[in-house]
Amino acid sequence: MKKFDKDKVLLGIAGPALALAVAFVLTTLVLLVSGLDPIEPYSLMIQEAEYPDIQVLILNQTGTYYLAALAVAIGFRMNLFNIGVDGQYRLAAMVAAVVGASVELPGPLHVLLIVLVAVLVGAFWAGVAGFLKTTRGVSEVVSTIMLNAIATSLIAWLILPANLGEQLKGSNDLTTGEIAESGWMTGLAVEGGNIYGFTFVAFALGVVYWFVLNRTRFGFDLRATGASESAAQASGVDAKKMVLTAMLISGGIAGLTGLPLLLGQTHTYSLAFPAGVGFTGITIALLGRNNPLGLFFAALLISFLEKASASLDQYGYPKEITTIMKGLIVIAVVVSYELVRQYGLRRQQQKVGEELAAQARKNKEDVAA
Amino acid sequence: MELRGITKRFPGVVANHDIDITIRKGTVHALVGENGAGKSTLMKILYGMQKPDEGTITIDGNQVSFASPADAIATGIGMVHQHFMLADNLTVLENVVLGGEKLHGIGSRARDKIKEISDAYGLNIRPDALVEQLGVADRQRVEILKVLYRGARTLILDEPTAVLVPQEVDALFDNLRELKAEGLTVIFISHKLGEVLSVADDITVIRRGTTVGTADPKTTTPKQLAELMVGSELPSPETRESTVTDVPMLQVDGLRLAQTDPDGVVREVLGGITFTIHKGEVLGIAGVEGNGQTELIEALIGMRAPDGGVITLDGRDVSRASTRKRREGGIGYIPEDRHRHGLLLESPLWENRILGHVTEAPNSRRGILDPKAARQDTERIVREYDVRTPGIEVTAASLSGGNQQKLIVGREMSHNPKFLIAAHPTRGVDVGAQAQIWDQIREARREGLAVLLISADLDELIGLSDTLRVMYRGRLVADADPATITPEELGSAMTGAATGHLEHNHDADGEGR
Repeated sequence: MKKFDKDKVLLGIAGPALALAVAFVLTTLVLLVSGLDPIEPYSLMIQEAEYPDIQVLILNQTGTYYLAALAVAIGFRMNLFNIGVDGQYRLAAMVAAVVGASVELPGPLHVLLIVLVAVLVGAFWAGVAGFLKTTRGVSEVVSTIMLNAIATSLIAWLILPANLGEQLKGSNDLTTGEIAESGWMTGLAVEGGNIYGFTFVAFALGVVYWFVLNRTRFGFDLRATGASESAAQASGVDAKKMVLTAMLISGGIAGLTGLPLLLGQTHTYSLAFPAGVGFTGITIALLGRNNPLGLFFAALLISFLEKASASLDQYGYPKEITTIMKGLIVIAVVVSYELVRQYGLRRQQQKVGEELAAQARKNKEDVAA
Repeated sequence: MELRGITKRFPGVVANHDIDITIRKGTVHALVGENGAGKSTLMKILYGMQKPDEGTITIDGNQVSFASPADAIATGIGMVHQHFMLADNLTVLENVVLGGEKLHGIGSRARDKIKEISDAYGLNIRPDALVEQLGVADRQRVEILKVLYRGARTLILDEPTAVLVPQEVDALFDNLRELKAEGLTVIFISHKLGEVLSVADDITVIRRGTTVGTADPKTTTPKQLAELMVGSELPSPETRESTVTDVPMLQVDGLRLAQTDPDGVVREVLGGITFTIHKGEVLGIAGVEGNGQTELIEALIGMRAPDGGVITLDGRDVSRASTRKRREGGIGYIPEDRHRHGLLLESPLWENRILGHVTEAPNSRRGILDPKAARQDTERIVREYDVRTPGIEVTAASLSGGNQQKLIVGREMSHNPKFLIAAHPTRGVDVGAQAQIWDQIREARREGLAVLLISADLDELIGLSDTLRVMYRGRLVADADPATITPEELGSAMTGAATGHLEHNHDADGEGR
């Protein structure tokens, strides 16, 4: 029996390892084709990552990406593709910033209010897609993409100075106003900078995610629905309710994605708030196989690629190399996981067949003897 | 055409072994056997959808090997599938030329060809009718024409009568005779003995994956054929002593369900179903598949909301209860399609043991799963129900069908159900496992379990049931006493030919269909 477990771990690692190797080789090829040194960019990036301030940047970015990836992963476990994490995250961050800036409460309560608003707005925005899917059968892929576009327009309108936004003197940027200091979350000051407090919350959520999925009835129902909707339904799961619930949870977590930055650094939502985080979250969820530990390493890797590549331009290498690499990782991951999955399934079937045949032969011999 | 020593293995099971068949040109050759006997696998091999592990196929003296259905079509073999593969929103002409555009073009030449084939074999097909406006029998003729259009000289028909009413069956058989008269060969797969005897020139019987004999339809009775099909060495499903009590366990009153077809026609699938199952009673429902059995099961387990009627379980009205509440309340469920409704194929066995009973001990306590207890209990089920597996961490997909079924039966029995829905409990299961599953149902029945048994295996139905009902077009049209009824009499009622209480008629012995 042990053998199967070892196999499982090996196969689990084989997928990402294969994907990363392929992506690495292909990126190197791209570098060669463009007539650049294929090795130096990597060594430059590794050197860069040795600076403490870059390390802090990487870690904080990891926290943000981890939340986005968790939001995507919970959908994946249920066979739902929430492409709308990006829109959910931006809208939630903006509304939370507006609410946070408009009140003044004692410290922890103020932060709690901002967190709560972010969760609710994220869940609401994803819930629209969930509602459309359960009542009208609209594919969540289509509706969440559209909701992303709607969120973008909605934010652009809301942030106009005529509505909820403010324009700072001498700046083109629009913001939602500064949140009072009671609504800031203290971080951990280390050499090289400040690790956002919410980064730790993000990692703690990974533990919650693992526990809920693997150790609760609800998690079992959710995974069962993802594995086979018909079987889950026959087992007593209300599939529609499950779709809606999973969408709400996914959106709620997506809503938290902007908080490390909002609570720890900017204290306001502005036009400069990063976009595309939700899409990177999809890459990470794919690479990390929806496993909380896998997600962490995947988020760390992507953050490293982004933050450590910033200075490549100075050495004459385009930093877009990492964008290419990220894209290649996604393609390689999808292909290699399917290959590894099929291989694993076939191998196990063969093994079971062999072991049973061996048992049967033995029984026969015993009888003959 | 000759098949010699065909063997096909799937992981953990042998689907076909040592199949020997000789098919004469210009005849209707019937392949009969129970569900799961291996007929479909054999046809897939013959049609190039699967490659045999051993054995040879010879056509007109030449040995052939098919890598894909295209190869089979090129040699003149065509297949009419049980489930039609037609595009509803296209015309007959468009459906026929689809994928065969190179043969006779897509215009008037194709239309002429279709008319020519239709007239030659009496198929009565209008090339410009929309497929969505055609009935089932017409669609089947379009499928046959599609195959002929591609130049097939040998037609494989997979259970062609399963979806037809008796008059349509007769019309189909007339078509088949026309084909035969023109020198074509028809391979006809069925498990309905009366039909087989009336249309076939030769019969080959398949049992447990191998050919067990041939029969001459002129001299064989349905009873002899049934014996050949089921096999005398088969354990009898007979239940000896009656354990029926007068305490009602499940009462169904006036259950109604209407369904809208894809083409917008509202069809009644359950028309006022009423029955009572007592403690210790097995109620068997006989019927040709597609007469509402699936819908009845799904309404009982709560996966479909009926339009009317009351379901009472052990004195409690559960008509509006959710599937989970019904399962917790003591309904066990052996689904007819275990891959779709009974298992998570890519999950380990112990997680499959939790499926359907996640809220019950030993699987969880107060909302928290207990994987340790669930694993231990899975070990017990594997032991007690003789599930052949190297361990409980392997995926359900790696077990053979019989062992998957034993796991499901073990799981459902482990929660002491009051009422068990057993839909085709031994379909696709090997002999040993079949006897075990029967024993387990009998055992539980002795302890007061009420069972609803739905099966296509008439011997299983008659042997295991205390009461028999016949379902036809969404209604329970007849009842019978399993102690006296024969499979042939039951089979005839299943076509809607007989209603009311079926009395055993000694003179009618052996008269099928």
